[in-house]
Amino acid sequence: MTRPRTDLLLELADDELILGWRDSEWTGIAPFLEEDVAFSSIAQNEIGHARALYELAARDLGTDADVLAFDRRPEEYCCAPLVQAGLVGDWAGTIARHFLYEAADAVRIEALKASPDAELAGIAAKIDREETYHRLHAEMWELRLRDEPRFRAAFEVRWPLALGVLAPDLRPRLAERVGREEVEPVERSTPGTEFEALWNEMTMVRRSAPTGAQW
Amino acid sequence: MVTEAAVWEALAEIPDPEIPVISLVDLGVVKSVEIEGERVRVEFTPTFMGCPALEAMKGQMEAAIEGLGAEPRVDVILDDSWSTDRISIEGREKLRVAGFAPPAPRSDGPTTLVQLQSKAFRCPYCGSSKTRLDNIFGPTPCRSVRYCESCRQPFEQFKTI
Repeated sequence: MTRPRTDLLLELADDELILGWRDSEWTGIAPFLEEDVAFSSIAQNEIGHARALYELAARDLGTDADVLAFDRRPEEYCCAPLVQAGLVGDWAGTIARHFLYEAADAVRIEALKASPDAELAGIAAKIDREETYHRLHAEMWELRLRDEPRFRAAFEVRWPLALGVLAPDLRPRLAERVGREEVEPVERSTPGTEFEALWNEMTMVRRSAPTGAQW
Repeated sequence: MVTEAAVWEALAEIPDPEIPVISLVDLGVVKSVEIEGERVRVEFTPTFMGCPALEAMKGQMEAAIEGLGAEPRVDVILDDSWSTDRISIEGREKLRVAGFAPPAPRSDGPTTLVQLQSKAFRCPYCGSSKTRLDNIFGPTPCRSVRYCESCRQPFEQFKTI
């Protein structure tokens, strides 16, 4: 039996929303100004992708995008463990995650672009245009840091998590893309306490104004 | 009854909310206009998905169509049918005059770092091609930051997507 497409859309949207949120935590405090701008812009793109994916899922489920993004309980989110950790202060870890996520996401988007579902294929093609720039940025940093021990260590820690971003059939493509052997992946599961703290912060405004906040 | 030409004309009056020198029609985000009796259906192809101006664009298009006495329906088309190649020649010139370097044409494959670092990008202020990439990312999702070594002016370059 194939899974309903809303499952896939919510995984994708949750990954993009939470990574976007984590990336935005560098705004104002990145190692230098250009990276402040870069991570803020990447975060904005990822959250834009999340919004479009939530809107598609919301249409299927008869609800709206904000309800899916902010009104679910923490345990209902299905984002991959890779995107959940708060990494402010850990630049090596942030870049390792950025590089691995973009690589995994590239594999996933490539597969979606070939989907027989025209809406999924269309949205994937649109996302791909913007992700090209994220990949360039991530690859530039990986090139710069690849021989640094701290980066190597951060990469090793996240390799099993990166595999867990993808469905099992796509994992060999990621291994090939980054030139690594597959290892035991860290699968998606109910998010833990670190995610709950993020959820608390992320949904605070929405929860404080149940009738809808206006700006 | 409202005509298709009148709708196009009205939409061409709407400035981009973030770069008001260029209209939504110049930007190429209006894919089609269809008249169905009193209803006007517009297919709107968003630019960058995280762009906060998208909602404003949609709202302004609806208001412009209502202004013509018709009932608007703006459908958002989420595929890759918009690219920076859809920006009109007039739109590119308006961008350049306002100090934004227009996007380079799309190539067959995805943009590469080598392309971004090439000397193909001209400074919108002095026309020199002695410019370098400062940051792939800029103040909004659609822009990169470059620096002109001839007139020593940083400038914003539209990303090609």
